[in-house]
Amino acid sequence: MQPLDNIASLWYFLPESVLALTFVLIFLLDLPKRFERKRYLSPLIAAIGLVLAILLTIYGWNFPKARVFFGMITVDPFTNFFRLFCAATSLFTIYLSLRSNDLKNTTAEYWGMLVGVTIGMGVLAASSNLLMIYLGLELVSILSFVMVGYLPGSRRSAEAALKYVLYGATASGIMIYGLSFIFGVTGSLDPIQIRLFLQENPAERATLFVGLLMAFAGFGYKVSAVPFHMWTPDVYQGAPTPVTAFLSVGPKAAGFAIILRFVYTALTQYQDGFFIPLKYIDISTLIGVFAVATMTLGNLVAIQQTNIKRFLAYSSIAHAGYMLMAAASLNTEGIRGVLFYLLTYFIMNLGAFGVAIYVFNELNTENIEDYKGLSKRSGKGMLIAVAMALFLFSLTGIPPTVGFVGKFYIFTAVIKAKLYWLALFGVANSVISLYYYVRIVKYMFFDDPADDRTLVQNVGLVRMLTGFAIATIVFGIFWKSLAVLTLSSANLLL
Amino acid sequence: MQNFPILTAMTFSPLLGLLVIPFIPKAKETLVKWVALVATLPALGLAVKLFFDFDRASGVIQLAEGPIDWIKPFHIQYYMGIDGLSVTMVILTALISTICIIASFNITKQVKGYFALFLLLETGMMGTFVALDFFLFFVFWEIMLLPMYFLIGIWGGPRREYAAIKFFLYTLVGSVLMLLVMVALYLYSDGNTFNIIALRDQVLHLGPLKSNSFRVACWAGLFIAFAIKVPVFPFHTWLPDAHVEAPTAISVILAGILLKLGTYGMLRFNFPLFPDITVQLVKWIAVLGVINIIYGALCAMAQKDFKKLIAYSSVSHMGFCLLGMASFTSEGINGAVLQMFNHGTITAQLFLIVGIIYDRAHHRDLNGFGGLATTMPRYAVWTAIAFFAALGLPGLSGFISEALVFLGAYKNWPGLTAIAVTSVVLTAAYMLWTMQRVFLGPVNEKHKGFPDINKREVLCLLPLALIVLILGVYPKPAIDMMQVTLNGINQMLLPYGGKVASILGF
Repeated sequence: MQPLDNIASLWYFLPESVLALTFVLIFLLDLPKRFERKRYLSPLIAAIGLVLAILLTIYGWNFPKARVFFGMITVDPFTNFFRLFCAATSLFTIYLSLRSNDLKNTTAEYWGMLVGVTIGMGVLAASSNLLMIYLGLELVSILSFVMVGYLPGSRRSAEAALKYVLYGATASGIMIYGLSFIFGVTGSLDPIQIRLFLQENPAERATLFVGLLMAFAGFGYKVSAVPFHMWTPDVYQGAPTPVTAFLSVGPKAAGFAIILRFVYTALTQYQDGFFIPLKYIDISTLIGVFAVATMTLGNLVAIQQTNIKRFLAYSSIAHAGYMLMAAASLNTEGIRGVLFYLLTYFIMNLGAFGVAIYVFNELNTENIEDYKGLSKRSGKGMLIAVAMALFLFSLTGIPPTVGFVGKFYIFTAVIKAKLYWLALFGVANSVISLYYYVRIVKYMFFDDPADDRTLVQNVGLVRMLTGFAIATIVFGIFWKSLAVLTLSSANLLL
Repeated sequence: MQNFPILTAMTFSPLLGLLVIPFIPKAKETLVKWVALVATLPALGLAVKLFFDFDRASGVIQLAEGPIDWIKPFHIQYYMGIDGLSVTMVILTALISTICIIASFNITKQVKGYFALFLLLETGMMGTFVALDFFLFFVFWEIMLLPMYFLIGIWGGPRREYAAIKFFLYTLVGSVLMLLVMVALYLYSDGNTFNIIALRDQVLHLGPLKSNSFRVACWAGLFIAFAIKVPVFPFHTWLPDAHVEAPTAISVILAGILLKLGTYGMLRFNFPLFPDITVQLVKWIAVLGVINIIYGALCAMAQKDFKKLIAYSSVSHMGFCLLGMASFTSEGINGAVLQMFNHGTITAQLFLIVGIIYDRAHHRDLNGFGGLATTMPRYAVWTAIAFFAALGLPGLSGFISEALVFLGAYKNWPGLTAIAVTSVVLTAAYMLWTMQRVFLGPVNEKHKGFPDINKREVLCLLPLALIVLILGVYPKPAIDMMQVTLNGINQMLLPYGGKVASILGF
């Protein structure tokens, strides 16, 4: 397909363009003195920009698939899915940030950067050029570094940001070095050209493998796959909780987008629903091994955590493992599996972080032990505890919650790919995960609270959590709409 | 009323109660209890209607609702129906649920939560028995887990948290294996279907299902999932903990209904979907059944805790179901399902009886009672009925099903059956010994003032005892309902029976 030139491309780039304007607007409107006291102005503009971006994405949903900006970027239903997903994540993050005590005194830059990251995630998901992948990744990373360090005066937050920067710099350095290997072997930066080249010439196996492995350092870092996960617990713990919630959903999704796009376009050949790995490149086993390591480590280490944010960090590592499992299956079901799982993960993980924010606001604690007797606290105790229990059961994957459907999708893909060993590791991990998720449920319902503080404030957050909890159940039973959405989105331009 | 969806109504009517209960003020505990009771009544009433309406001459699915598309892209359907295998279980579920609500009227802790979860549990159980779509079945199967976990964990005995998580983990291990097999069956069936009837009616041969080892793996995945629920030795260790720690009514549900889901699942999935593998491996089902029978009885004999004794007696009695299923005879398989029903009614009585004495004595140490026959004479009579039914006294229902199982199993497994028959003596031994320790001998001073069994407790026991008596003399109504279907399942195995002769080594 002929790539479009810059002017013709703009039409396909409307959501990002609107977000870029929003970004500029937020910073400009922060300058005049008379807007100084209007705290809600910048988040409002950011929200409007994001909603516009969502509407424009929906408007452009049925555009033909196209390679724009001379092939640097590909716009297809797959891209649009991630545009929607990431914009929605940012939108909810705005809400969570406004409701969180962590971020009471934010400045306009915070909201601006959130919009900036959203552009980055969209670009990353859409990039079809190795250099563009690198640019997208950096755009997301650099802005996230700043957001992580956004707690003024908090040593933990500063430390987290520093760690994130160091790891991020290392990972992206290794990645671009690896990409140069791939370029050196194949002579192209375009995934499709790379595939065509590799089909013709069974290339230098060793060099290419090293290059791929190094490229995976960058991708793995974004989705926090083992062994590139080390930053996750510290950063998740140190960052302001809404930022943690955001990082665990948005950039992770963008990371998966680029893994899928790169692996499925550059390293496999499509045939009747299966993506057949090219000769000499057993990419499926490679990702499968990453998946097993990631989910096993995440689950085993999560068992011992005492801080809710670290706990959710390891849980998010484990979930990255589940999604990698679907990515390893190299079939259409695999793409659908990842997309669907991201949707479910969006609901249950933002929900769980929402509860963490609520409890921190009300009881000023991040300690899991302090969740004891949450259901027995007067006020909203029972409601919050039930919502949290639903999110946790959903993360475990127990019907009738939406998390189960996600697992179902993933196992369908894995079994269709005949990766039975992977499926067995997957189910073993589900059982392990029950053990630690249920521990919090046990604290909330079986134990008694240590004091008689009540949960009465913050009605807005409670409403949002109730909505998420209802969504967990409703989409767990009637997930046809989500199924249709992922079915149409699992459509890459090859 | 021609097209009234009876099964849907039976399944979801308890949920109506669940929707009402949160809006009742906390102080009105009695109202909560009555709402819960009323919410179980539609299912019970419809169960009675089922008993009369069920066409006993037909072996096909009756009262089918659906299949209606639920999630179309995946061919997941809402499909319910009953046949001779499930109809008795549906009736049992409706009956035991209502009885257990009555038996729970003395709950005082977090009343709203208890009854709400209980009703959710009933929906899960009922749905599992009537679902004819594998996906739907799986969802109901797992829905049961959540309320059960809370019911044991919040309202249970001293080691409740350990028992609850153990129960949850064990069952989840089984469920995830079942999930994998379910997906495999879906991917490699004609027309990619979850429809159990469609799966049953086709010979599963596509893709990897061609290979015998893959079929064995699928069979084993399903079998382990169900074996954990039964529980079959060596997967039984969750049972004593869960049964002992659970509150009385929940023990009744566990033993009376949940265990049956295991054997039900085997007959619904393992036998019809993989008849060839079932025949290959049937020897092991029979062996495991006999181990369950003997091992359960011996464990029961060694117990000092009244409730633990009853729990192990369940392990023993469920072994009869396995042995009967594995016999390949009409007597055996009918005996097995009748045993499922009878064990449900008998063991429910036993757990209620333990609950009654525990409410008064606040302990269950068998050596700490004695002479209760003089303080609580009427209680002693009710206990005697249940105990004699459990040990298989002729004239009570337990005898009929055990005798049928022995008759059937003897034809194919004479050696194993001979071993299993010794359990009759063992069961009699521990039951009578328990009788003696609790009711005879010198009266324990501390227990002198105990009130005898009250009206509410009698109301719980009476229907069960009546069923035990009636089916003991006249089992025809129950057997008539199940036999056409069960003989059909048995017939499916016969074409593969050539292999049976060769493994008749015992």
